[in-house]
Amino acid sequence: MMQADLRAVSVVWRRELIRFSRDRARIFVSMLQPVLFLFVLGSGLSALVSDGTDGVDLRTFMFPGALGMTVLFAAVFSAGSIVWDREFGFLREMLVAPVSRTAIVLGKCFGGATVATLQGLLVLCLAGLAGVPYSPVLMLTLVAQCALLAFAFTAFGVMVAARIEQFQSFMAVVQAVVFPMFFLSGALYPLKGLPGWLQMVTQLNPLTYAIDPMRRAVFGHIEASPAAREALNSGVQWFGWRVPTLLELAIVAVFAAVMTAMAVANFRKIE
Amino acid sequence: MTQAPLAVQTRSLAKNYGDIAAVRGIDIDVAPGETFGFLGPNGAGKSTTIKMLCTLATPSGGSASVAGYDVMTQRDDVRRNIGLVFQESTLDGYLSAEQNLRFHAELYGVPRGAVEQRMSEVLVIVGLTDRRTSLVRTFSGGMKRRLEIARGLLHAPRVLFLDEPTIGLDPQTRSSIWSYVDELKRREDITIFLTTHYMDEAEYCDRIAIIDDGRIIVVDTPEALKAAVGKDQVRLRTVDDTAAARELAARFDVQAQLRDGVLTFAVARGEEFLPRLFAGLGVAIESVNVSRPSLDDVFMSHTGTSIRDAEATPTDWMRMVARR
Repeated sequence: MMQADLRAVSVVWRRELIRFSRDRARIFVSMLQPVLFLFVLGSGLSALVSDGTDGVDLRTFMFPGALGMTVLFAAVFSAGSIVWDREFGFLREMLVAPVSRTAIVLGKCFGGATVATLQGLLVLCLAGLAGVPYSPVLMLTLVAQCALLAFAFTAFGVMVAARIEQFQSFMAVVQAVVFPMFFLSGALYPLKGLPGWLQMVTQLNPLTYAIDPMRRAVFGHIEASPAAREALNSGVQWFGWRVPTLLELAIVAVFAAVMTAMAVANFRKIE
Repeated sequence: MTQAPLAVQTRSLAKNYGDIAAVRGIDIDVAPGETFGFLGPNGAGKSTTIKMLCTLATPSGGSASVAGYDVMTQRDDVRRNIGLVFQESTLDGYLSAEQNLRFHAELYGVPRGAVEQRMSEVLVIVGLTDRRTSLVRTFSGGMKRRLEIARGLLHAPRVLFLDEPTIGLDPQTRSSIWSYVDELKRREDITIFLTTHYMDEAEYCDRIAIIDDGRIIVVDTPEALKAAVGKDQVRLRTVDDTAAARELAARFDVQAQLRDGVLTFAVARGEEFLPRLFAGLGVAIESVNVSRPSLDDVFMSHTGTSIRDAEATPTDWMRMVARR
């Protein structure tokens, strides 16, 4: 019984990889967004904010945000394939099989997480252009953090997609939920000195806790003045206490677990 | 004789969607190895019944077992022992035929060492061996249906459910699908449970249940059903109709009517009558046409309404809406 479910997880996961490898357009488009953010928006704004960054390239500051954004959207869209599967009938092939729904959800989550992490890897290749050093330790740290972020938000996407019957509706949810989540995460601006309401919202946003550790990792490997670190990498502060990286990652892991459980529950409701 | 469990058994099986009764208590016994057809208009309860048998819908009342397993309490056992071909495609067009099959083999726990050989076997049955590595989205409608049938067979199920296997296909493709089904009946020891609303397709069944408004009206062999309805109509053109009519009466004991230069008469088995007619009628034949009693005729004789009328009732509409 256990083994049957493991085979199911594995084959659902492999299908996501096969489909991703055939979809060149998706790979290309997924690179476009971070390039635009880093080298168009980042370069454009550099002149404006050079005083505030105290010598640190704005693109270096934005790199973790662009990386997180790529992985976030790749993960959510991978999960959206469930809506397509439903429209084209393939979901039924999975739902009538003598395997648990948990196995199918886990396969989808691992599949989406792998695909999103691979897209994150492509962005990591551009690190040097944004002034982020290719240190092996930094790269490995970022890949691991991407994988956690990818799994958590694929599970979130699966949880949503299991309730949705049309792809247009899924896009609407992405617009209404995922974009605000991204803008309210500190991916694009420092978390220090925000207006009170904005600070509160960013601290309630699980994505904040996935992106801040990436920024910390990057700042651990670059030259920057104490003033720049204070301004750009002050991290998440709970009543003046800086939340440690491990706790941040634990928060993301708990979010991932809750989302997975909810995704399984929603999947069980599909007839 | 060993007592193998019935392939399908239902007792007072019922399903309600809210206030609407889709299936109103049906009893079926399908023997192992039998090809059993469910015939009825849209909205009669065919698909709902199949869904309950396949554990995709929970019965509101009664009981059902498939391959000896209860559809409510032994769902996974039922699922492992059935193959399913739905009305609508459930293939992944972006995977190859082979990848679709492999996906299924993994989900259904086909032993790893047996997967390759079994894939080859089922592809041979449906004649898709040479398209093994093609992407499914390049397939025609008929090829997709055949691949679905192959996939339904892959895990060597005891019962194969075909829900309207030829719906949406052109007549030529329809008959080719049936020749593949015949092929699979020859090669595999399997029970086939199918639904259709084409009377001519019911011919491929050992027994047929006619279902209307959630109830089974009659269960019998296709021959017996048609016999109960009436005979085949033969329309005959000859060089000398008066002589031919006289010969028909004298040699075959058939009373023919002459209308608009065509002799029309009824016989029990038209296709068996024709060779005798050709051999024994002393008048040259110009053309001959045999028409079968249609599902409409069968349906009419048991229910008193035509299928088209039955499909048009508002409750059926509601049922179709409720099913979505």
